Amino acid sequence: MKSTGQTRWGLAIAGWAVALGMFFPILWMFLTSFKTEITAVATPPAVFFHPTLENYFAVLERADYLAFARNSVAVSLGSTLLALALAIPAAYSMAFFPTRRTRDILLWMISTKMLPAVGVLVPIYLLWRDFGLLDTLFGLILIDSLSVLPIVVWMLFSYFREVPAVILEASRMDGATQAEELFHVLLPLCTPGIAATALLSIILCWNEAFWSLNLATVKAATLTAFTASFSSPEGLFWAKLSAASTLSIAPILIFGWISQRQMVRGLSFGAVK
Amino acid sequence: MSRDAASKPARHLHSRSLLAPSVAALFLWMVVPLAMTLWFSAERYNLLNPGKTAFAGWQNYRDLLTHRALWVAMGNTLFLVGLVLAITLVFGTLFSLLLDQDFPGRNICRLLVIAPFFVMPTVSALIWKNMLMNPVFGLFAWITRSLGFGAIEFFSRMPLLSIVLIIGWEWTPFAVLILLPALQSLNPEQVEAARLDGAGPLALFRHIELPHLLRPMAVVAMIEMIFFLSLFAEIYVTTGGGPGLASTNLAYLIFRDALLGWDVGRASAGGVIAIILANIVSLFLMRVVGRNLEDLP
Repeated sequence: MKSTGQTRWGLAIAGWAVALGMFFPILWMFLTSFKTEITAVATPPAVFFHPTLENYFAVLERADYLAFARNSVAVSLGSTLLALALAIPAAYSMAFFPTRRTRDILLWMISTKMLPAVGVLVPIYLLWRDFGLLDTLFGLILIDSLSVLPIVVWMLFSYFREVPAVILEASRMDGATQAEELFHVLLPLCTPGIAATALLSIILCWNEAFWSLNLATVKAATLTAFTASFSSPEGLFWAKLSAASTLSIAPILIFGWISQRQMVRGLSFGAVK
Repeated sequence: MSRDAASKPARHLHSRSLLAPSVAALFLWMVVPLAMTLWFSAERYNLLNPGKTAFAGWQNYRDLLTHRALWVAMGNTLFLVGLVLAITLVFGTLFSLLLDQDFPGRNICRLLVIAPFFVMPTVSALIWKNMLMNPVFGLFAWITRSLGFGAIEFFSRMPLLSIVLIIGWEWTPFAVLILLPALQSLNPEQVEAARLDGAGPLALFRHIELPHLLRPMAVVAMIEMIFFLSLFAEIYVTTGGGPGLASTNLAYLIFRDALLGWDVGRASAGGVIAIILANIVSLFLMRVVGRNLEDLP
């Protein structure tokens, strides 16, 4: 049953009102990034103004912005690769050679996500200090990859399980080794699923705030820490804050939009496909 | 035939070694810090005085439990979790029902609605704190002043509610992200049949859509609870836990004890309390999620 013309328009108005309302803060930030510092704080707020790119130049010229951005890229890619390297064999083994304990292992894996980060802040801080991992990229990569690992395993597991075991058995009959079976048969078949998993992991690591703010404050600090530094009096520079924020969220927002339908299964631990 | 029989156990052995690295990594990641937290929580241990550690027994817990700060922080944590949860579930459901309808541009609307979930928490908090809620230059202040009410001092008058607003904005998209596809997976024939039987939109929601959404809703609630118990960045950036203790939650209290007060013992005792709280929540989550695996041996 298609809705009639009138209700359709009513729905459209309501839908767009909600969408624009939710998106407004991001839009407002985006607009502010093209204002001068003076128009940014103007009352009444300036809606029409002469756009300028000076804030973007100012942010990019601050050499440290690029250092923070590089750290963010290194941490989110590094953690994702490490998590995938650990998770792909594990998910493969559980999806195609399930044992009586597979179910318990999967559940135990998410249960590690239930451990609130604050509960282990103190020991992790001290361990990282003693091993010289505080404020290093590797230290942050290690902790981020461990915290996304359960989600990555679950998501890959649910994609792998959709591959009919017959296909793998056929390759086995042809004499393929387990490594060949994994790399030449399964992974090519699951490329879209692996890509969606990688994107979700990149997004989570990019936006991760708790460990970044507590364990990496100077040399390995990411964009999360960089933007947090604007909470001090520097935050009065709204236009520059907006430009820096826009640069920091744009790539991730686009990744999120691309992979939104696929990432549902990772985020809901398979409850919604 | 005989080759098969020989290779099968070998493969099983092999596949177990494929699983081992993940299991070992997660085991270390969970058990070592957990054991250390428990150990430190029974110690008198301050990083400013690292030579002088001593067994303290229940002392750290007694200090915490008899101090007002812990109870205020617990209250704030539960308030935050409960209220944001209610907001995200109610609005998440309403928005999903709306976006499930057929109207021009619904796919673009869907992208706009889920966008806030992908914004890093420090950025969200700063946009709201500075550009929207600032009592002098903020957009909200301008709106309320134009209406003749004067500006609202969000972070000094209602710090916790302001944080609830920010986090609700960040996480309602998460509920939509999960609930909308769940709604779309509803069998259209079932909906059509109910309509033909004369069910109005309310009856349809009450008897068909809501029951179908209950399980995804439970998952959303549990996952959000786990995240909300550790909320940190938004408070760190906006109020710093204040004024006074007004917006200090458990996570922020532990952070303050540990990295500002260097009191390892007390922070660890706080950590143990947070873990206990999270475990109560996770018992429910495990039950819900476990049902997805019923077809495994």
